[in-house]
Amino acid sequence: MSLLSTLARMEAVRDGRAVPLATVRHRHLADRPMVLVPLAAAGEAGAPLAVMLGQDRESPVLLTVPQPLDRDRRFALLADLAAELLPWLEGFGTEVDLLTREVKDPATGEKTEQVRELCTNAPQLLVPGPAAVEFLGLLGRSTRFRRSAETALDEGVDPGPYPVPARVPLLGRWLTHLRDRAQVPGSSLLLAMTDLLGRHWATGQSRLEDQHLGALLAWIDPPAGRTGAEAALLAETARDGHGQLLCPPAGPTTDPRFDSGLLAPAITRYDAARKLDDAVAAQAREAEIAALLEAVLRPTWDRLWQGLDLLRALPAAAHLPERWEGDRWSYTSHRDRIAAGEPPQPVRDDAVTAARKLAQREREQTRLDIQEALDDPLAMAEHRLAGEALAGRVVAVEAAYDETGRSPKPRPLVTVRTSDRPHGDPGRELYRAGGPTAQKAELVSADPAAGLVTVRLLNGMGRRKEPEPGSVPEPGEQVCFTLFELTARQSAPLPEPEDTPWTHGGPPVTRTATAQPDLPTAPADEEGA
Amino acid sequence: MPPLSRPPGGASGTGPGTGPGADPGAEADRAVAAILDAALHGTERGTVVDSPPGAGKSTLVVRAARELVGAGERLMIVAQTNSQVDDLVDRLATADPGLTVGRLHGSDAAPAPEALRHPAVSASTKPADLLECSVVVSTAAKWQWVKDVDPWRHAIVDEAYQMRSDALLAVARLFERALFVGDPGQLDPFSIVGTDQWAGLSYDPSSSAVMTLLAHNPRIVPHRLPVSWRLPASAAPLVSAAFYPYAPFRSGTGPGDRGLTLAAPGDGSAADRVIDIAAESGWGLLELPARHTVRTDPEAVRAVATVVRRLLDRTGTAVSERGSAPLTADRIAVGTAHRDQAAAVRAALVALGVPVDGAAAVTVDTANRLQGREYDVTVVLHPLSGRPDATAFHLETGRLCVLASRHRHACIVVARAGIAELLDEHPSTEPVQLGVTVKFPDGWTANHAVLEHLSEHRVPG
Repeated sequence: MSLLSTLARMEAVRDGRAVPLATVRHRHLADRPMVLVPLAAAGEAGAPLAVMLGQDRESPVLLTVPQPLDRDRRFALLADLAAELLPWLEGFGTEVDLLTREVKDPATGEKTEQVRELCTNAPQLLVPGPAAVEFLGLLGRSTRFRRSAETALDEGVDPGPYPVPARVPLLGRWLTHLRDRAQVPGSSLLLAMTDLLGRHWATGQSRLEDQHLGALLAWIDPPAGRTGAEAALLAETARDGHGQLLCPPAGPTTDPRFDSGLLAPAITRYDAARKLDDAVAAQAREAEIAALLEAVLRPTWDRLWQGLDLLRALPAAAHLPERWEGDRWSYTSHRDRIAAGEPPQPVRDDAVTAARKLAQREREQTRLDIQEALDDPLAMAEHRLAGEALAGRVVAVEAAYDETGRSPKPRPLVTVRTSDRPHGDPGRELYRAGGPTAQKAELVSADPAAGLVTVRLLNGMGRRKEPEPGSVPEPGEQVCFTLFELTARQSAPLPEPEDTPWTHGGPPVTRTATAQPDLPTAPADEEGA
Repeated sequence: MPPLSRPPGGASGTGPGTGPGADPGAEADRAVAAILDAALHGTERGTVVDSPPGAGKSTLVVRAARELVGAGERLMIVAQTNSQVDDLVDRLATADPGLTVGRLHGSDAAPAPEALRHPAVSASTKPADLLECSVVVSTAAKWQWVKDVDPWRHAIVDEAYQMRSDALLAVARLFERALFVGDPGQLDPFSIVGTDQWAGLSYDPSSSAVMTLLAHNPRIVPHRLPVSWRLPASAAPLVSAAFYPYAPFRSGTGPGDRGLTLAAPGDGSAADRVIDIAAESGWGLLELPARHTVRTDPEAVRAVATVVRRLLDRTGTAVSERGSAPLTADRIAVGTAHRDQAAAVRAALVALGVPVDGAAAVTVDTANRLQGREYDVTVVLHPLSGRPDATAFHLETGRLCVLASRHRHACIVVARAGIAELLDEHPSTEPVQLGVTVKFPDGWTANHAVLEHLSEHRVPG
């Protein structure tokens, strides 16, 4: 945690409400995101209990399972979920932008024009917290390798003891993709509300406590007459006359007292009705369970929309469209993989895929840090405080020239009044943030006592002896220079998987989808679950 | 870190007649001969050498390079940082002026003048320019971009424990056989993003190159250099026991072989007393009153700077097996955990008139950047000093190991009191991942071991 965010948390404690950590919104928010709150059955990994979802805050869709251990019902719920989600997910694949680029044939060196499709928009799924993201990944893992009766028929194989409804494996592949994309820093296909709020506000509690959506919102938007701390305590502990939490956990886990006091007896009654083959009674019991689950889901649903309102009040950061384009590419390529009939994503990455993913995530993390700093003075302030940037008003500009070449080149000296103390020796390369063009400079001298830093501009001033108008800051102008580069470096090329070297065990043995063990739920040791 | 399952001792250095009484020089020579034999003629494509701090790793790399070239082989060398590459080039060219050495570098990283002062060294950004050289040296980051060249038959990978598995994945296509040399006790490679997803996979891209290599080539048994020539007799037993319990090593010098004397007597201040204790015993702990502080604790920073100032003022002389030399500023280093701490120490030293960073100046840097470097005296700001908590970063075994093993004569640690209590309040709670080798000793144990030893050399500040 940076010094600045520690300070913000202390201010939040003092003020009794959360303190902004950002002046702009750093994540893309869709106009009509799909909001989804999943609940899991206690004691059974990967068993869904209920899902509340939809794009309209007034009329969510509720899907429930009356008996989570009943596999038929479990997959019936997932089939319903697929029916809700898949048309929406696939709908973004029809409208595309056509992009052309020149590609060089590696063999002949001939240039040809290549046209690629990029989906104009992409889906965005919002869940309460990171645990829900992991749970969706787990559902994806438990369904993407399963076989439906239809596909078994197509392939001419035995569907096995538990064939699933037709579109469930496809849903699993989409959920897997969304969860995988959520690991990429700055991506916005699948977002967790607690992460979003935690990025934009500092509360007066620990980051661990911020995982509680109700408590987090209580700090950011406390009800009138209460401090954030009081409201957060109420959100965490207040119970009604029946001992039930007023603010139920945002899932996927449920409150144990809800499980034992309300849910378990209701499931027992449902089982009893089923045993007696009393369809009417069973249906009534099922409706009771659905009502119970709706009651614990609805508060979380409303809080998700409350969080969205708070986030939408912030102006969008300048680099959001650029990062959202990355999400659109991610969506488009997954659409293409499914259309091409590729097998589901493997259980484990091979060596090359793992290295590629890591390289992508590191590159995106660097890009995210840079873009947030450029978009938001509060983010840049963290770098200034860490000695990685300096900002201030120009007090003097002195024309100077590099005379070593054939013609003199402008190398003006810019003196900035600042209390920042960049951690760099003279000669250290600097990068101008917010200038008219990408511009490099070098540190000439720093005088912390006088609060003055002098830098020499090195490029971006045109080809003539005198700098292009506007390329050199004027006295009185506010400028900012960073010690870190303002573009993320390209990642080095990696071999193709079939060229995996001996140091990494050689090329991977191909595993086909049919060779996968047909596990109903995921073992604990994979995909970092 | 060595896995728990590895038998005590490596493939070399534990044979008969190599007990503590044997001549350390002969013991080290036997180990080096076995390593060179394995690298040149062994049945495995990879040879791994575990080297404790100051055990002659660089000397081994230079010697192996010369032997391989002598046997008619072309060689590529992979190091991890540009300064390591420049240092290696300088060493190679100094040891064998007739050796043609190519220094491959990036367009934005010009080689250091020390590397280029030799006539047989040529530098280029393009590998094609250097193919005639017997040895081509570059960083792993640069090698990853090299394409359209015939693979080398031999490679040496230096500081291999600091190289990430994904970097090895990208460069392994460039060579057929390789000698991997590194210190398993130093800092593990890291990533700026979470990598739990791949924890437990043999090719986890964020793990060290050596871990992946050994997992996929189980018949490779790591060799080990048994003697530290850098660490004095006062430090080797502690560093060996605290950080290398399964691969013990000894110092190349005996208890009386090294000495640090100060011409001017102490003035009775805490800084002078801790200097006297460290000169006498090799270790000193300047313990400030317990307090929770910001990372750049001004009092601790001032204490570090004062110790350095007094070390220089009191005109020290370092006596060793190499002879007697004055303790000048360039023979002193200050080590910290964080960059802002290093910056604060630099500012405090400048305020006291001490030359910092440059020729004939005190080195101030973080543990990451001090890896592989050697000084007469080090002054260390303890990573846990003044902290309210002990995070995995601050507990990392390698960080403390680097800071406690850079010196030839003495190491002075500056810390707030209460670190032992802090450790007891923060037992290691990292989740256990299936398939991941348990680190032993963990940072918690190692910190306690070092602290217990330091407490015998304590001066209250």
